[in-house]
Amino acid sequence: MKYQSRKRAFILLADGTIFHGKVVGDNEGTAFGEVCFNTGMTGYQEIFTDPSYFGQLMVTTNAHIGNYGTNENEVESDSVKIAGLICKNFSYNYSRDDADASLEDFLAKSNLFAISDVDTRALVSYIRDNGAMNAVISTDVDNIAKLKEELADFPSMEGLELSSKVSTKEPYFYGDENATYKIAALDIGIKKNILRNLAKRGAFIKVFPYNSTFEELKSWNPDAYFISNGPGDPEPLTQAIATAKDIIATDAPLFGICLGHQVIALANGVSTYKMHNGHRGINHPIKNLLTGKGEITSQNHGFAINREETEAHSELEITHVHLNDQTVAGIRMKNKNVFSVQYHPEASPGPHDAEYLFDQFFENIAKSSKKAVSI
Amino acid sequence: MPKREDLKSILIIGSGPIVIGQACEFDYAGSQSLRSLREDGIETILINSNPATIMTDPSMADHVYLKPLTTKSIIEILKEHPQIDAVLPTMGGQTALNLCIEADEKGIWKDFEVDMIGVDIDAINITEDREKFRELMLKIGVGMAPQATATSFLKGKEIAQEFGFPLVIRASYTLGGAGASIVYKPEDFDELLSRGLEISPIHEVMIDKAMMGWKEFELELLRDKNDNVVIICAIENMDPMGIHTGDSITVAPAMTLSDKTYQKMRDMAIHMMRSIGDFEGGCNVQFAVSPDENEDIIAIEINPRVSRSSALASKATGYPIAKVATKLAIGYTLDELENQITKSTSALFEPTLDYVIVKIPRWNFDKFEGSDRTLGLQMKAVGEVMGIGRSFQEALHKATQSLEIKRNGLGADGKGYKNYDQIISKLTIPSWDRVFVIYDAIQMGIPLSRIHDITKIDMWFLKQYEELYQLEKEISQYTIASLTRELLLEAKQKGFADRQIAHMLDCYESEVYNKRTELSVNRVYKLVDTCAAEFEALTPYYYSTFEAEVETPDGERYVANDSVVTDKKKIVVLGSGPNRIGQGIEFDYCCVHGVLAAAECGYETIMINCNPETVSTDFDTADKLYFEPVFWEHIYDIIRHEKPEGVIVQLGGQTALKLAEKLSKYGIKIIGTSFESLDLAEDRGSFSKLLKENDIPYPKFGVAETADEALHLADELGFPLLVRPSYVLGGQGMKIVINKEDLEAHVVDLLRKIPNNKLLLDHYLDGAIEAEADAICDGKDVYIIGIMEHIEPCGIHSGDSNATLPPFNLGEFVMQQIKDHTKKIALELNTVGLINIQFAIKDDKVYIIEANPRASRTVPFIAKAYKEPYVNYATKVMLGEKKVKDFDFNPELEGFAIKQPVFSFNKFPNVNKNLGPEMKSTGESILFIDSLKDDEFYNLYARRKMYLSK
Repeated sequence: MKYQSRKRAFILLADGTIFHGKVVGDNEGTAFGEVCFNTGMTGYQEIFTDPSYFGQLMVTTNAHIGNYGTNENEVESDSVKIAGLICKNFSYNYSRDDADASLEDFLAKSNLFAISDVDTRALVSYIRDNGAMNAVISTDVDNIAKLKEELADFPSMEGLELSSKVSTKEPYFYGDENATYKIAALDIGIKKNILRNLAKRGAFIKVFPYNSTFEELKSWNPDAYFISNGPGDPEPLTQAIATAKDIIATDAPLFGICLGHQVIALANGVSTYKMHNGHRGINHPIKNLLTGKGEITSQNHGFAINREETEAHSELEITHVHLNDQTVAGIRMKNKNVFSVQYHPEASPGPHDAEYLFDQFFENIAKSSKKAVSI
Repeated sequence: MPKREDLKSILIIGSGPIVIGQACEFDYAGSQSLRSLREDGIETILINSNPATIMTDPSMADHVYLKPLTTKSIIEILKEHPQIDAVLPTMGGQTALNLCIEADEKGIWKDFEVDMIGVDIDAINITEDREKFRELMLKIGVGMAPQATATSFLKGKEIAQEFGFPLVIRASYTLGGAGASIVYKPEDFDELLSRGLEISPIHEVMIDKAMMGWKEFELELLRDKNDNVVIICAIENMDPMGIHTGDSITVAPAMTLSDKTYQKMRDMAIHMMRSIGDFEGGCNVQFAVSPDENEDIIAIEINPRVSRSSALASKATGYPIAKVATKLAIGYTLDELENQITKSTSALFEPTLDYVIVKIPRWNFDKFEGSDRTLGLQMKAVGEVMGIGRSFQEALHKATQSLEIKRNGLGADGKGYKNYDQIISKLTIPSWDRVFVIYDAIQMGIPLSRIHDITKIDMWFLKQYEELYQLEKEISQYTIASLTRELLLEAKQKGFADRQIAHMLDCYESEVYNKRTELSVNRVYKLVDTCAAEFEALTPYYYSTFEAEVETPDGERYVANDSVVTDKKKIVVLGSGPNRIGQGIEFDYCCVHGVLAAAECGYETIMINCNPETVSTDFDTADKLYFEPVFWEHIYDIIRHEKPEGVIVQLGGQTALKLAEKLSKYGIKIIGTSFESLDLAEDRGSFSKLLKENDIPYPKFGVAETADEALHLADELGFPLLVRPSYVLGGQGMKIVINKEDLEAHVVDLLRKIPNNKLLLDHYLDGAIEAEADAICDGKDVYIIGIMEHIEPCGIHSGDSNATLPPFNLGEFVMQQIKDHTKKIALELNTVGLINIQFAIKDDKVYIIEANPRASRTVPFIAKAYKEPYVNYATKVMLGEKKVKDFDFNPELEGFAIKQPVFSFNKFPNVNKNLGPEMKSTGESILFIDSLKDDEFYNLYARRKMYLSK
């Protein structure tokens, strides 16, 4: 092994600020997206494959990325979903017996462009102060002016529908078909670990494309419904919102996570808004207002639901709040079998503190279907 | 849920004198805890016998009891303060927990209706009784290493037969792994088993199958009464299982854990804490992970209290564990407390780091002649340093630069080992230098796989080392002129010191420094903020690094710096670095008081230190904390950035003092006594000239550079002789010789160990009495703050002597000489600040042994005994804000205060326990007696010659 120098690279923000760095690997390239940061210290592979991150240029704040390589079983979807990676120290060498590839090779398989040696702390502080914005990462140091122009034309995340890009095209099944319950899951960007969590508690799941109608879901005759996490702005998801409304009208058990939570809020007439820089990490404090207990949770969202409208809504009740900024983190419908959370009880990456929400979902299903619970 | 309203008065138990395995981290914890209770208006009562601590300052608690940590003292305190509602025993280490259990068994808490908070007795019992702990873990499905208990020698033999070797023997109810050992061979088993049984107070050992080579991790937890649990920090031991965590190089955050395995570990830790009891506070859990694809996790132990690791975790993350644990103990819940760093977000969260910390222990094997220097299950380190960097490599380098063992970092200083067999042996038998030897091995071309096979250190760490060496090799092909900015920046980002780069390029350090300035490769400072910059933080806790540039839309380039310089007048206080024998917690006490006094004088205070155990590195202490090596390059860059009025060097022991010359050379103002005076006192030749001119007696002495010269000198001076190298700390290498054979042997030995050093030979005043005086001087007036007389005769290092304040046996005539000499010397040296002078008294004549124009080990002791803030006064004098005459001195002491040294010999079973001119004690305690008729004094006096070495 010999010392290897790396080519110069940079990230250019929409406001013209540049953070210099180096390219990962021996690549040349350019990638556009909305820049966001994740503060998790573990779980990079799960983050990079999480469909909710579609279209995002991901800044990882942990000092090192790639230390333990990658493992084909620790993915949250079939491919890398982020648009590009910006990190401080990229580990070309990894160490883990259970790994099957380096992060470098794993990213290369998806042609993902990554840069390193950036002052990520300065970049994160900048985003914190100035808000999330579009950006481009590139090795093309001689054509910055041109990139700036292209960046100006790049669409804003606000109003952007992205579920169609990550959702399954055809319905598929997950789990044991003889399981106690059948759950119809609307895939607006679903993470695999949600399916694992549902299946492990005794469900057979049919996963439907993002634009499926309630009739399509219902025709499978499920015991309960689920609306997944996903990328982008929830507002343009008109079909998903309509489907959610129809589900709610039936009294069937419904559980929503993240983007699914926002869709349920919109279906109730509560609006959503784009946050300053969102919540992305695995250390987010949540308080469960029903039990008074705290939870450390995995989060990944750039939009949130309107708190005042939720409070004023006669049929909604806020069940969880984010302790750092008091944003709404969970709701339930007072006379319905419907609840949802803004964060990720399926973790992966992150703590398992909120896994009980899946148990709660299954209790709701059991009550509703009067079948015996078998976990 | 707010705090419990029934708690109005709380007793805190300290950890007593510093011993190996229980050091000043508990002063840090206790101080935080006291402040935290005070914030809530709770009356605090403290018991601790260690006077060299911040926590025992009168200002820290409502009532401070400097009493022995015994149930007798507890009863006395409870009688005097019947209002005490509860006892918080989790801030004083194992000592406090043990005392608390003893008091519980005797029914003391019940008698006085005192609640125990922060932990419960069952939790302590379960976690200390390895058999019960094991049963519980099995019950809750947490795996452990195969293990069995032996309460007899025979039972122990049976277990060994069943498990096979290697085995681990651990003695129950002991501290810092005392009595623990790894047994590789059956023939060693009998002896080690007997020792373990003997050391255990309940004659019990646990025998474990050794999980050698498994990766080791520690988690720091906090829980509130609502059963909310958060993990503050995950620490990875670079040295795998087999080396005590206190002796391991540790890293945070964990570097080689996948999310899957980490979350499994997190779940286990929470489950374990909940299973041991229903209490509110902190907890430390240790795990081992199999280094294969299974990633099996087993539990090693759990400590339901604040620990050494939680102090490290607090410094590593910025999250003040002791402070928050205290709030939880009095009934607050995490969700109603705020994050102390951001002041805007919740305390119920888990800190995230955007940097890496590396802790390296500091050992003092040179002080324990004949000791086994191999690292194992029993902790041997006396202190530790922490390096913070934006990469593992940078943090590792900064930690090695903080050790003060004359190394500049890893490699590139010409000091590495070059012998294959020696390197292999040093890798195989881990000792204090293995962190350096790994680099040497790579340099020699030994394959990483082989290094891994021997050390079991995870390949990720070894690869990081390898990258460092590759970079060194690359840079070595350049010259100072041809070196590119890119390479220079990379070298600095990986933590190489200018000196090391100079070594690679074969040029001067100053040339590298100039090149850095020219290419604007400058240090910037980043904030430790618990949240990776996600939220704005106001806490002024910084570390340095080098970063890539940012470019504004206008094309202006800069490097982002979190440390904004104010326009206030500033003072830098240099800390004392890692604790070691001869330089311990008492200097941290001085630094903290220096900082507080400077703040009172209106200065912005800046603390530089690298010791994570201390109060000085608490982000609450100074206006700005730079957690940096007390190493020239780092200090100079901070000074260039902050532009302070000056630097206080006389409070941080020899570490800080040694930097005075360079500071002075670079035109940086030294606050108080000037470098010239410091140097004059240090230089035997000029100092004795000064004494001679002032008619002050001193023992005859001479300087020798060879054995021949030494032998000639001996004729002139006469035996016995005190022989020592010049410029040493804590009497290192000092010995009394009585004939030429001994002299020759010792001189040859010293010259071999420290070549090119001058040796000092003093005529040793046999049978003399030793005394010392500490004084404050403003250049015009001198005030002697205290004179102490050693109980042992001259020849035992002052740090190892029992001593009384005031003297118990010195006549008026002698006292007058001491006073006169002290005043004269202080003035002649142009002292501004503190000075300590040591005397030998023979036939009523007072001789000067040495003078140190700086804060000494005894200053905190005298301040505690007399209840006066002498360091505060001295600092104000140094700053020129006050004169000696401005203070109204009013020492209060009835009877005598005895300083008693405490040793950690039980950690070194085969070591020579004789005392002599070389200091060996690790800590001290204070004992107040009304009169010399006290039994304690009589005992000490009667035994005074027992340990004197020949």
